[in-house]
Amino acid sequence: MSESPEPLLSVQGLEKHFPITKGLIKRQVAAVKAVDGLSFDVVKGETLGLVGESGCGKTTTGRLITRLLEPTGGKIVFEGRDISHMSQSALRPLRRDMQMIFQDPYSSLNPRHTVGAIVGAPFRIQGVRTEHGTKKAVQDILELVGLNPEHYNRYPHEFSGGQRQRIGIARTLALKPKLIIADEPVSALDVSIQAQVVNLLEDLQNELDLTYVVIAHDLSVVRHISDRVAVMYLGKIVEIADRKDLYESPMHPYTTALLSAVPVPDVKRRSERERIRLQGDVPSPINPPAACRFHTRCWKAQEICRTVEPPLAQLDVRHQVACHFPENVPSDAVPEDAGTPVPG
Amino acid sequence: MSFLELKDLRVHFPTDDGLVRSVDGLSFRLERGKTLGIVGESGSGKSVTSLAVLGLHKGTRAKISGEIWLDGEELVSASAEHVRTLRGKKMAMIFQDPLSAMHPYYSVGAQIIEAYRIHNDVSKAVARKHAIDLLGRVGIPQPDRRVDSYPHEFSGGMRQRAMIAMALSCDPELLIADEPTTALDVTVQAQILDLMRDLQQEFDSALIIITHDLGVVAELSDDILVMYGGKCIEYGSAEDIFERPEHPYTWGLLGSMPRLDRERTERLMPIKGTPPSLINVPTGCAFHPRCAFEPRTEGKGRTVVPELLETEGGHLVRCHLSLEERRATWENEIKPKLESA
Ligand SMILES: Nc1ncnc2c1ncn2[C@@H]1O[C@H](COP(=O)(O)OP(=O)(O)OP(=O)(O)O)[C@@H](O)[C@H]1O
Ligand SMILES: Nc1ncnc2c1ncn2[C@@H]1O[C@H](COP(=O)(O)OP(=O)(O)OP(=O)(O)O)[C@@H](O)[C@H]1O
Ligand code: SF4
Ligand code: SF4
Ligand SMILES: [Mg+2]
Ligand SMILES: [Mg+2]
Repeated sequence: MSESPEPLLSVQGLEKHFPITKGLIKRQVAAVKAVDGLSFDVVKGETLGLVGESGCGKTTTGRLITRLLEPTGGKIVFEGRDISHMSQSALRPLRRDMQMIFQDPYSSLNPRHTVGAIVGAPFRIQGVRTEHGTKKAVQDILELVGLNPEHYNRYPHEFSGGQRQRIGIARTLALKPKLIIADEPVSALDVSIQAQVVNLLEDLQNELDLTYVVIAHDLSVVRHISDRVAVMYLGKIVEIADRKDLYESPMHPYTTALLSAVPVPDVKRRSERERIRLQGDVPSPINPPAACRFHTRCWKAQEICRTVEPPLAQLDVRHQVACHFPENVPSDAVPEDAGTPVPG
Repeated sequence: MSFLELKDLRVHFPTDDGLVRSVDGLSFRLERGKTLGIVGESGSGKSVTSLAVLGLHKGTRAKISGEIWLDGEELVSASAEHVRTLRGKKMAMIFQDPLSAMHPYYSVGAQIIEAYRIHNDVSKAVARKHAIDLLGRVGIPQPDRRVDSYPHEFSGGMRQRAMIAMALSCDPELLIADEPTTALDVTVQAQILDLMRDLQQEFDSALIIITHDLGVVAELSDDILVMYGGKCIEYGSAEDIFERPEHPYTWGLLGSMPRLDRERTERLMPIKGTPPSLINVPTGCAFHPRCAFEPRTEGKGRTVVPELLETEGGHLVRCHLSLEERRATWENEIKPKLESA
């Protein structure tokens, strides 16, 4: 992929700290640093995968980008416009261009509305008129996602999980968005149905020239679907790279550990597999470890990891890593001085 | 006779909509020291099977027939009372959601102590020492202090460890783990899988691991049973299932799953359609509405229920395609597509 001059989405130093309050007057006593300084670009037509363990801030990131939440710091630039603190009314026309697919195909659809009403809602909310009427437009989309247009008058409970996820996808496609944030779009589905939805997302991307940010904890699904992948740990990106580089030569110890923890069905070689086992669980985002947040679980940690935060530094072409002692570093790479601020 | 043997087990639930045939003629054997993995889609009858083995359908509306032999004793006809005494002592279960299996108002230690003392006539102090020992064994740090913590004070991974400690408190000879790691992060899942592997070797117990994750099953299992619509459709060693699978549904599962240990394939090969209704089970082969090979069986797939037949060396397959046809299809049509980058 060539360097695109103008990214569709640019996130710079994005932060979301949720206040923890106490008492009647709601005095703030601490904060959950759910997202704590993210920077990345997404160019038109690509898929960025966002992976990381539970609670690392993936969903919060998705909700910030789509401005379902307001950031407490940093910038979100969509098509060249800073939308970080735009009012809801100013955001309304932009909502057509940016849509979110949710994890749970059961709870994200209103059970009392027909499929037609659910998928047609965006037209009504946005006051969009279509050439042959809303019903025809909705039926076209149902067909596009592999549902029968005759299902127009049915209710969500009459569908299986995979079909409900298709309804959810149909709804997000209604207004031909440019960017889709898909939060765990397949994790609630059976393996065989997951593959149907993954293929559907790929087909739609090609057909409609969509750009995706796909949030998932399943590293195999993310490898399959993404062009670029960002790995998050406790509210920060620790590594971001093109798919192949990230999976074949990960540089951050956490990425290495994540990849080695994925169970793979290679029964012939199961005893030979080299495993890296992390100790313990992910620490709390309320009081995250100082400096490198991964140091409490990292087998390579040294004194500097506990005192100096490693910046997200460019160590190879399109490959950024935040670690003092990265792995798989190409020999000609000149690491930046530890402690220098992250550029741009 | 094997340590555990199921013979033609059926578990049916009468409901307002009709009879749900959740498990419909399941047979398998398991020896001490061995691990059986059960995989299959949501609703294929995995959990209902494990609950039947533990006798947890007794006293419900479930209609059970067939036989379950555990160490020479038949359990389907045994009294609920008797099966209860075996539960905990001879067999134990690890659930997906530890919170639902633990009491929120008692400390983790108190719950292990109680479980232990039901089956062992020992003092509280001895039981407490045993609980601390177990918590340490499953990798809870500072077990002598954490023994007095409450379930909500533990992280998800620690709770799962504590539940394993509870299940192990009476050295069960049969351990059933139903989706033991589904709710956990991948790094914690890896820790728990290691732990279960180590403990099984140490205790020489028989282990049944139920999951929809083929990777998890491949990591632990000696043998694998693939369920579809309440029936076993393929059974074999882990190598049989992953290296030379013979059932079209198993092929479909493998084609649906992106794999990190292989080159990335351009496209996944999903199974079309959706899992079957267990009330109006499709006629003939339950998989036929979704099966790409159904036309090759000259209509038999739609009308005749295929039998589970042995291919070779304990590898069992339920499909009308001939052995030669299945092997040729796997080698020439399916395997190349799974491996092509
Ligand atoms: N509204 C909120 N108020 C306070 N804390 C919140 C809020 N929303 C999220 N958090 C916290 O922020 C952190 C990040 O949550 P988030 O949902 O973004 O994680 P995630 O990466 O999506 O995790 P998962 O994989 O479990 O979905 C968590 O610790 C969560 O508890
Ligand atoms: N008490 C019950 N009454 C009626 N039907 C039931 C009952 N318990 C289970 N079933 C049905 O039996 C079928 C098999 O259920 P089971 O829980 O064994 O599925 P499973 O294979 O464990 O699926 P999952 O992967 O979703 O856990 C399902 O269709 C379920 O709805
Ligand atoms: S900076 Fe240090 S602690 Fe952090 S990941 Fe790198 S080596 Fe590990
Ligand atoms: S019996 Fe027929 S329908 Fe069933 S799996 Fe075999 S080929 Fe497919
Ligand atoms: Mg989330
Ligand atoms: Mg189940």
